[in-house]
Amino acid sequence: MLPDQLRENALALAAAAFDADAVTGGKFDRGELTLEIAPAKISSVCGFLKYDQKFVRLSSVTAVDRHPAEPRFEVVYHLHSVERNERVRLKCRVSGVDPAIDSVTSVWRGANWYEREVFDLFGIRFHNHPNLRRILMPEDWEGHPLRKDYPITGYRI
Amino acid sequence: MSEPEMPGIATTLESEDLSSGRRTLVLNMGPQHPSTHGVLRLLMELDGETIVRCQPDIGFLHTGIEKEFEVKLYQQAVTLTDRVDYLAPLSNNLGWCLAVEKLLGLEIPQQAQWMRVMLTELTRLNSHLVWLGTHAIDIGAMSVFLYCFREREDILRIFEMFSGQRMMTSYFRIGGLALEPPRGWQERVKRFIDVFPSRVDEYEDLLTNNRIWIGRTRGVGTFPLEDMLDLGVTGPMLRAAGLKIDARKDEPYSSYEKFDFEVPVRTENDVYARYQVRIEEMRQSARIVRQAMDGMPAGPWKADSPHVVLPDREKMKTQMEALIYHFKIVTEGFRVPEGEVYQVIESPRGELAYYVVGDGTAKPYRVHMRTPSFGNLQATPRMVEGTLIADVIAAIGSMDFVLGDTDR
Repeated sequence: MLPDQLRENALALAAAAFDADAVTGGKFDRGELTLEIAPAKISSVCGFLKYDQKFVRLSSVTAVDRHPAEPRFEVVYHLHSVERNERVRLKCRVSGVDPAIDSVTSVWRGANWYEREVFDLFGIRFHNHPNLRRILMPEDWEGHPLRKDYPITGYRI
Repeated sequence: MSEPEMPGIATTLESEDLSSGRRTLVLNMGPQHPSTHGVLRLLMELDGETIVRCQPDIGFLHTGIEKEFEVKLYQQAVTLTDRVDYLAPLSNNLGWCLAVEKLLGLEIPQQAQWMRVMLTELTRLNSHLVWLGTHAIDIGAMSVFLYCFREREDILRIFEMFSGQRMMTSYFRIGGLALEPPRGWQERVKRFIDVFPSRVDEYEDLLTNNRIWIGRTRGVGTFPLEDMLDLGVTGPMLRAAGLKIDARKDEPYSSYEKFDFEVPVRTENDVYARYQVRIEEMRQSARIVRQAMDGMPAGPWKADSPHVVLPDREKMKTQMEALIYHFKIVTEGFRVPEGEVYQVIESPRGELAYYVVGDGTAKPYRVHMRTPSFGNLQATPRMVEGTLIADVIAAIGSMDFVLGDTDR
């Protein structure tokens, strides 16, 4: 369901027309468009945006931890269309219990490292990722530092 | 996902395939290799002198800056941004300040905007000079390095004049600048910018028609533009592949639309073309610096927003409200409304973006830095696989990455 604010927005309408169930919300704030996408649909929506709507670049993938709210994580994608000179932010809400979402590496190969980073720092797994290993932290690190319940300082006991 | 023998120090490429009868050698380069400019580690599987597979290993410089942001006040966090990309500290200052100002809806006075443009362009010169010097030294042209660092020293002195610091300037603050521009800066910048274009000519004399330079760089490190876009490459690499993309033109910020400059584009898409693009960018940046210097608007250099911007020293000592604001900003910071922004700027290396999530408190809820080096470095395997080992240094040098920027 599109919020009223986005009923005039061409891109939001196109995404909703592509798959009405996929777009669960969104907003247009400070000149930036955000679309909330159902996690199960992320890969197909990204494919649509890349091939039909010319969003050829994936600028970044990251996450926000809303601990202790549930669904706990927001996985955030920033897409960029060079041709349209436009950007869009996609947001998927993922549960804090065994967090996982489909990988978009099949759409953009460049998602590989970004998803690894999110896995490393937030512990969100990406299905069908070709090489889901830690990237910034050491391989044997315990915990995921960017989670809100991970302390900023202290010793391990 | 196989466990390496020593945690964190894999000695071989994972899933090594030697069953085909082909004899290959795994070569480890870095993390302390002088030509990786920092602590990049490359694992390369070689068949003779040809690279069959390459696997970059990053994270040696990960310092958890994104986590650190979450416990700093918005204003304090400016100092963190310097340390991300230590060759372009002011570009990072700018990205952060613009993002927070966008969240706050804060209007910045003209002089501050122009001063920001001038100094970020000097930063671009600084960064490109370090790149050119070290890239040339990698390939074997020793003397270019000395010339580049001569000019870089002048730029660092200008930074020191403005901010008191040569590298970790933190000169841009949310709402404007940290300090009033120093007396006599015009002469200092003018003296530099008057000679700089001729210095670029000197570098070109040394390299552009140099047979060894051409031999080492032409036709090296090419890969298709589609792959670059797919893998997240940005900046001069894309422009050397024929795509005219530059956030300063496409999504202007901080008054860039008022400046007259060209975006250099080449189509050869090799190390030599990237060199030419960056050389031309230096000339264009010098143009921007001159325009900013000549047309610097008068007026305030920080926003008129007493709850965000620290008051003048003078006012603080004579006016009660100013003292109260000063105390409040220093002790508890300022509240930034709820919301999220993605502020893109064109750093010397490519697309730099700050994703800032505010939750209505005085500290950011989440900050993500989309750094150009991280995106560019991801394309390393695509660029070097199938090429000769001798070309790796030239190829990765042409990416111009900074490992602090990659690992954050």
